Amino acid sequence: MARLTIEDLKKIKEKQKSTFSLREGGYRAKITVHMGTCGIAAGAREIMSALLDEIALAKVEDVITTTSGCAGLCAREPMATVEILNRPPVKYGDLTADKMKEIFREHILGGNPVEKYALAVGSETTY
Amino acid sequence: MQDLSLHILDIAENSINANATEVRIKISEDTGKNLLRIEISDNGRGMDEETLKEVYDPFFTTKCKRTGLGIPLLAQSARECNGDLTIKTGPGKGTSISAAFQYDHIDRKPLGDICETMIVLIASNPDVDFIYEHSRDDDSYALNTADIKKELEGVPITSPGIIKIIKDDISEWLLNKDDMIK
Ligand SMILES: Nc1ncnc2c1ncn2[C@@H]1O[C@H](COP(=O)(O)OP(=O)(O)OP(=O)(O)O)[C@@H](O)[C@H]1O
Ligand SMILES: [Mg+2]
Repeated sequence: MARLTIEDLKKIKEKQKSTFSLREGGYRAKITVHMGTCGIAAGAREIMSALLDEIALAKVEDVITTTSGCAGLCAREPMATVEILNRPPVKYGDLTADKMKEIFREHILGGNPVEKYALAVGSETTY
Repeated sequence: MQDLSLHILDIAENSINANATEVRIKISEDTGKNLLRIEISDNGRGMDEETLKEVYDPFFTTKCKRTGLGIPLLAQSARECNGDLTIKTGPGKGTSISAAFQYDHIDRKPLGDICETMIVLIASNPDVDFIYEHSRDDDSYALNTADIKKELEGVPITSPGIIKIIKDDISEWLLNKDDMIK
């Protein structure tokens, strides 16, 4: 039996609508966590969870997350690619939940790529 | 892979990569029959004969030389505890992967954090409809994100507030389910 009632959803919808309508459709940053078999085995799910927690904590509605398959650099998994609107994408590797949180605060909120964890900047698009 | 929830995530990611718009994850725990069944079905592009052969071949690797392919890994996990894995697929017909396990086998991997798997899938694929059905003997749970999205009238399902509600709902089910184990 589903415990989630229509009433629950209606309440939430009303609350969310007020904050969301401001930026209908648009987003400022996109984070792609590599979720191929090798990424998942290396801990990619935990990286995504840490990211979702940070997004909820920061109460930002204009940061979206997505996943991609293996990019061929299995030894550096877990990996994520951060794309800020109008900036070159930055690929990060050997991630942990804590590193992801740091990247979220410094790069996604602050706008400054965390160079010590970066594998590559620019040129290539997201996998 | 440490647990079955990670396998589920891996197999569901394949569905998404195959352009599925609907992914159904069904877990049945039948203690009477001593059987655990996990089924992941999608309406994606499906596999042709050639691909299917590759998927069954443990020595076939594409890009990932380190961990190998996801489906053979799950098949191996199933076989390690008297189970098996079957695939129903065809070009344009979608794909359904079903893995069976002896429920109380000592080598059977734990289910793991199913909630985290579902939340990661839902939050990073707002355009895909996820159906999560989970039963344990006579108790059962179902969640369909298509129904939720209808109610949300354009508010994204990925909004932190919505994600939290879904997370709490799934967690509550999982907790209650495990409370009933005597
Ligand atoms: N649900 C599906 N629908 C269509 N094709 C699939 C599906 N699942 C797997 N396949 C095909 O089988 C191949 C092998 O899948 P598998 O998960 O084992 O490795 P992969 O997805 O290619 O690599 P990785 O998961 O590491 O990125 C895929 O590349 C794809 O062609
Ligand atoms: Mg895969």
